[in-house]
Amino acid sequence: MKINRKDVEHVALLSRLEFSEAELEKYTGQLDAILAYIDVLKQVDTEGVEPLAHVLDLKNVMRPDVVQPSLPRKTALLNAPEPENGFFKVPKIVE
Amino acid sequence: MDLFRLKAHELHEKLIRREISAVEITRSVLQRADKAETLVHSFITRTQESALERAGAVDAKIAQGAEVSPLAGIPGALKDNMCTKGIKTTCASKILADFVPPYDATVTLKLAATDAVIVGKANMDEFAMGSSTENSGFFVTRNPWDTDRVPGGSSGGSGAAVAAGEAVWSLGSDTGGSIRLPAAYCGVVGMKPTYGRVSRYGLVAYASSLDQIGPFARDVRDCATVLEAISGYDRRDSTSIDVQVPQYTKNLAAGVKGLKVGLPREYFVSGMQPEVEAAIRASIDELVKQGAELTEVSMPHTEYALATYYLIATAEASSNLGRYDGVGFGHRGEGSDIISMYKRSRTEGFGEEVRRRIMLGTYSLSSGYYDAYYLKALKVRRLIQQDFDRAFEKVDVLIAPTAPTTAFKVGEKVDDPLAMYLMDVCAVPVNLAGVPALSLPCGFADGLPVGMQIIGPHLSEERILQTGFAFEQTHDYHKMMAPLQEVG
Amino acid sequence: MQYGKVIGLEVHTELKTASKIFCGCTTEFGGEQNTHVCPVCLGLPGVLPVLNEKVLEFAVRTGLALNCKIAPYSKFDRKNYYYPDLPKNFQTSQYDLPICVGGYLDIEVNGETKRIGITRVHMEEDAGKLVHAGTISNSEYALVDYNRTGVPLLEIVSEPDIRTPEEAKAYLEKIKSILSYIDVSDCKMEEGSLRCDANISLRPLGQEKFGTKAEVKNVNSFKAVQRALEYEVERQTEILSEGGRIIQETRSWDDSRGITLSMRNKEQAEDYRYFPEPDLVPIVVDPVWVETICNNLPELPDARKKRIMTECGLSAYDAEVITATRAMADYYDEIVKAGAEAKIAANWLMGDVSKHLNSCVMDIRFCPVSPVNLAEMISLIEKGTISGKIAKSVFESMWNEGKTAGEIVKEQGLVQMSDAGELDGIVAAVMAANPQSVADFNAGKDRAIGFLVGQIMKQTKGRANPELVNRILKDKLTGK
Repeated sequence: MKINRKDVEHVALLSRLEFSEAELEKYTGQLDAILAYIDVLKQVDTEGVEPLAHVLDLKNVMRPDVVQPSLPRKTALLNAPEPENGFFKVPKIVE
Repeated sequence: MDLFRLKAHELHEKLIRREISAVEITRSVLQRADKAETLVHSFITRTQESALERAGAVDAKIAQGAEVSPLAGIPGALKDNMCTKGIKTTCASKILADFVPPYDATVTLKLAATDAVIVGKANMDEFAMGSSTENSGFFVTRNPWDTDRVPGGSSGGSGAAVAAGEAVWSLGSDTGGSIRLPAAYCGVVGMKPTYGRVSRYGLVAYASSLDQIGPFARDVRDCATVLEAISGYDRRDSTSIDVQVPQYTKNLAAGVKGLKVGLPREYFVSGMQPEVEAAIRASIDELVKQGAELTEVSMPHTEYALATYYLIATAEASSNLGRYDGVGFGHRGEGSDIISMYKRSRTEGFGEEVRRRIMLGTYSLSSGYYDAYYLKALKVRRLIQQDFDRAFEKVDVLIAPTAPTTAFKVGEKVDDPLAMYLMDVCAVPVNLAGVPALSLPCGFADGLPVGMQIIGPHLSEERILQTGFAFEQTHDYHKMMAPLQEVG
Repeated sequence: MQYGKVIGLEVHTELKTASKIFCGCTTEFGGEQNTHVCPVCLGLPGVLPVLNEKVLEFAVRTGLALNCKIAPYSKFDRKNYYYPDLPKNFQTSQYDLPICVGGYLDIEVNGETKRIGITRVHMEEDAGKLVHAGTISNSEYALVDYNRTGVPLLEIVSEPDIRTPEEAKAYLEKIKSILSYIDVSDCKMEEGSLRCDANISLRPLGQEKFGTKAEVKNVNSFKAVQRALEYEVERQTEILSEGGRIIQETRSWDDSRGITLSMRNKEQAEDYRYFPEPDLVPIVVDPVWVETICNNLPELPDARKKRIMTECGLSAYDAEVITATRAMADYYDEIVKAGAEAKIAANWLMGDVSKHLNSCVMDIRFCPVSPVNLAEMISLIEKGTISGKIAKSVFESMWNEGKTAGEIVKEQGLVQMSDAGELDGIVAAVMAANPQSVADFNAGKDRAIGFLVGQIMKQTKGRANPELVNRILKDKLTGK
């Protein structure tokens, strides 16, 4: 077993997703199968190989420090599920 | 004559000779879609009114004697993960079902500048995660060649629309084969450019280091035309290449005499549908007749590409999709506190495959697993890129199947994610290396289209298109359209 | 059991660039909520970041001013966590390859100089602001303002070299001073452009190994940092003396109650899953460019302080006060350049000028009295044209009316009376008008002279030269 239910529950929390009992079972099984397949990478000798995060050899891409117009507030809030008085309203944050 | 059956370059000729109007072209395509949509379901949103308006404006321009671009007045579609200001952009997800972007993607702006006509936003696998368009949060698009079958994915709607005559051209996005696979299954031309050739600004991100926007069309010339229109440096995309865009349509007929073609042995996988392999090999023979020289090459890390892809893509996706939380936009679920709200919004909003990939990606980045999974995948990625570099020292282009099989039946693979992932085996190495690749029709197997892939080194789109064009001259597949008998 | 304290500080400073780190929105403070936002800083689907070149320049400048090495290769990473002030639910920051590493700064506490190491300086983006109905713990909802998301931040992390809360305060003051000198930040803690988190642990005296640390957040002034650390020392000492263990956790400083409170729930297995930011490309600095920035660094606080002490003969304390900010140091230099005597200029600057600035909560850059004018006033004192006392009211008029000292002295007729002949007559007259005081003095009451001086000053409206008056009066009283 590469991944067990407890792992899946932990990952679900990190991803802010919730699963029913049945779903947890199913996902655990599927993820386990996928991870077992991915194990094939263990066969590759990557000693001394640099990771490739960017395929292009670009460096130092920057823009000048110039102010551009912002969005009108109405537009910024256009898709807001709960706009209030120019703010984005969200339920309480339990600390 | 049915204008929707013509290619963009044919329509353009007639347009500037004033034989037809842009409005007539657009009407023909819209009416075709009115009928075909009942069977194919390519579109999430159709924009008939604005399409006709734009067509009218083009006609006015032409009437005034102004010069117009090759795409002016030519109807096309955009995959619904490309932002269109004021027009719903959903990524085929419930979580963005009502999202209206306040800005245009760079490609949207570039196309507007050509006066192209946009007829709609095309269906896709949710957030571009899938190989069949069955993961759309709304409905499944059907393959116009056989409506019991999938059109491929994730750009299934874009591919099917062009194949069915509901659009003359379209744009898709390709992260692990998502343009090329539907192009192969739907019997049309599709291209993934070099990573960085086309701006990603405004493309809703799936896997940032792999995503690229590219064209669908019914022949290589049209594909080249659209590619030219959307390519180019964009200062809003830090991964955009600052190299001038060649006129891709200029030297299409250069031919393939002396072209060194490599056949990567690892792409001819066991388990390939025999007819698919036969079609590919027959097509390669045609190219040899035209003067191409064949070499067998080996890309030894090909068998690791799928695993590498699924680690990198899902890791980046798990982060890119973090923003869908019901706070500032998109679907918000019930929750008395913020964490419940997050969970509810995301669980209700995301489909199964999306949730699965987010989980996989989060896991591979998580503490204790990063080195063994994500970091390992980045290292294997370099080895895969080196395979391509070495191959291109010996040959000019590589030719391979686009997919191991033809289009499968709807529902056939939905319950087996791994089996679905295996459809991408010939496609994903290309994204990992960031190189360009074209898929074009090269035959049929049991009445279903077969696609052939032409892959080249960085920024070799011209050479690839020339090769494709030369091949096109040896057959008539690009002159065929999906019968869609029921539609007529 | 005696415990030694080990303290490390993390300072976040907002950089004073015109636009945000990854988009062109303004970084201006205090706009109406959600009016300084765009698709990029809102994290809308499809957007991409582009690095502001000034942020890199400021980061390098800061690293150099803190004696760091500038990394030849540096990159951005994503720090993933969910919080409503973070639109993308990840912060673009730098994880394992920050732009600057391995520096230091020197602080002075109780006359001793101590070197505090700086582990790293890195670039990152700020989050938005949350407004709560009520307090964060009892509010039913929160309101989010994204104006601040994407404002560029530098995070400066010290080595755990600090050993007392006083040292911590001195460190923070030095950081603020340096940042203001190199002009990369407004450093206003009250506006949030300078923030501090503190890490503190205790260990038995003599033990090398560090104890478990607690992190303290939500400290909004340097004084609060000191108080919070002092509280933590007490809290941790109490736990350890009773045989308990310190829990590694984040605690929030409650300024009104003067205590720290555990934020443990938030800690819950927070795994940031750092990975290289795919939408930004690496930074490879050009050594020649770094050299130029280095050569263009202004004289930093320590060097400037030393120079003022040497050139102007000021005490260490005075030099420290004057060079606390570059603006004040520049002002001082201007006064001296205009000819004023160094020590007198220092006293005026630290005295009347600062008092007036503080009461108006005004920055010295906006001081209505220019250094040149102040120097002129000082020269009038030195020449004896006005007395030190009169100068104070002259200064007052200069501040309120914006006129020069010369103009005011002339207008108000404040020129000091230093003509012995003229004064002789006045002294004689006052003596004649106050025979009782004269008699008292002759009877041995020395204090009577003070009364007479007072009368003379009153008569001359304070303009009489005090030294001359005293001499003449004494002479007359003693019959010379």
